[in-house]
Amino acid sequence: MLEINKLSVKYDNIRVLHYISMQIRKGEMVALIGANGAGKTTVLRTISGLLKAESGEILFEGKDITKMSSHNIVASGIIHVPEGRQIFTKMTIEENLKLGAYLQRDRSVIKRNFEKVFSLFPILKQRLHQQAGTLSGGEQQMLAIGRALLGNPKLLLLDEPSMGLSPIMTQQVFSVLESLKKEGITMLLVEQNAYEALEISDRAYILETGNITLEGRSSGLIQDPNVKKAYLGGD
Amino acid sequence: MDGFIYFLIQSVNGLKLGSVYAIVAVGYSMVYGILRLINFAHGDIMTVGVYTILVLMTAFGVPLWVTVLLSVVIAIAVGLATERIAYRPLRTAGEEATLISSLAVSIFMQNLIMMIFSPQRRAFHLPEYLSRLHTIGFIKLSTMNIITFAAVFIILIVLSLVIKKTRIGMAMRACSDNLNASKLMGININAVIVTAFAIGSGLAALSGLMLAGEYKTIDPLMGFVPGLKAFCAAVLGGIGSLSGAVLGGFILGIAEMLFAGLMPTDFTAYRDAFVFVLLILVLLVRPYGILGSKEGGRS
Ligand SMILES: Nc1ncnc2c1ncn2[C@@H]1O[C@H](COP(=O)(O)OP(=O)(O)OP(=O)(O)O)[C@@H](O)[C@H]1O
Ligand SMILES: [Mg+2]
Repeated sequence: MLEINKLSVKYDNIRVLHYISMQIRKGEMVALIGANGAGKTTVLRTISGLLKAESGEILFEGKDITKMSSHNIVASGIIHVPEGRQIFTKMTIEENLKLGAYLQRDRSVIKRNFEKVFSLFPILKQRLHQQAGTLSGGEQQMLAIGRALLGNPKLLLLDEPSMGLSPIMTQQVFSVLESLKKEGITMLLVEQNAYEALEISDRAYILETGNITLEGRSSGLIQDPNVKKAYLGGD
Repeated sequence: MDGFIYFLIQSVNGLKLGSVYAIVAVGYSMVYGILRLINFAHGDIMTVGVYTILVLMTAFGVPLWVTVLLSVVIAIAVGLATERIAYRPLRTAGEEATLISSLAVSIFMQNLIMMIFSPQRRAFHLPEYLSRLHTIGFIKLSTMNIITFAAVFIILIVLSLVIKKTRIGMAMRACSDNLNASKLMGININAVIVTAFAIGSGLAALSGLMLAGEYKTIDPLMGFVPGLKAFCAAVLGGIGSLSGAVLGGFILGIAEMLFAGLMPTDFTAYRDAFVFVLLILVLLVRPYGILGSKEGGRS
């Protein structure tokens, strides 16, 4: 479904991604794991068109999206839940959700997605007309995910959805991802919470200073001694 | 009693001026809200509009409403051209770069107008039926004044409905709240920015007509200071906030006319300075403006 070939990305003159290649198949949940500054966010921002690649290509459903502008990439079905949530703090929760459905034309689909989001996150329904900035961090993350679901994603990009959340909130977010996975939504999950990410995902890539150093089935990687040492805090 | 009447008259004059500042400030604030760009050339778009009217009125004798419409169209075209040429290429270069670029555009436009039309001040006369005076109590208003009040009122209502209720309005609010997140919603931000520039430039042309009609003279630099004052109005009200821009516009207009009218004549030359001092004083008490919030939010 998504194919990244020899992608490199620069900020100013510093190359932060070095010719990386990745594939995500339809219905798969793929984790991208790496330390701070490894380039995980850069990968996602390049996929969704916020950054331009220096070289290489990104294909989505066979179509080259490398040079497409972000609104066209969203229109093709790639929805990005950005790092730090990036909700519209001065707008209401309802408006945030409506913005998620900005490109959706089919009212019945919008309605169904609203109901789905409300059943996943009842708190959003209760506070529909409040300013989104008044939500707690965890609630804002739920809003960010809910907003993305209203975009009817074929491929969902999630950038550290558990960042800054309490353990309970983190569990809640992961159980939502679990149910989205069951629904068959294809996902690319960036996480520092490596153990959780490997538990939930089908396959994973390990990114180290802009290079993919390891890839494979998550169930295998979770046993890998190097991975254990570097990312799972074990031995 | 005479003093009070004089005060009233000056207040009405302030309302006239304030309504002009208000619609310029709205345009200013809209663009600032999205791009964090202080567009110094905004006032010069006003001048472009006025000179367009002058040329069409004197040279071709076209009916006034066609003239006004064309001046709005040309002002929008010029506004969009500046966005495309001078601001968009610099968008990733930071706020200072676009600020300086906008000063350059302003100086360029002023000089271009001087080259085409000479730097000389010119008379600007509206048709007789527009400058006819009506007396309401102690207050004299021209037909143009009454049209201006009505137009400003309608423009502000329509604009606030557009921003609150329509899809493009919601996109504009989203862009001024969080530009990057707006891209991720699938909003074509260039289209939103172009819309904001178009609205701002069109309103600038209309306000140019209102000012020229009031002062009856025009010159190539006429837009710059009102543009600056409209910026002050936007900051005073809380930049990025549209209702703040309107409020700021009226406060500045009224304060300026009261100052000009009530101070001894020796001081009235300082009315521009007074406006800027007033701005500084307000910002000392309310750093984000009267209706502004810390992040420069729209309200
Ligand atoms: N706007 C920028 N300008 C210059 N360098 C940047 C910029 N954004 C990120 N970088 C650099 O690019 C590298 C990769 O950053 P990126 O944000 O992709 O890492 P990350 O893996 O997402 O890290 P984290 O886990 O902390 O979110 C880092 O060295 C970072 O300093
Ligand atoms: Mg990151």
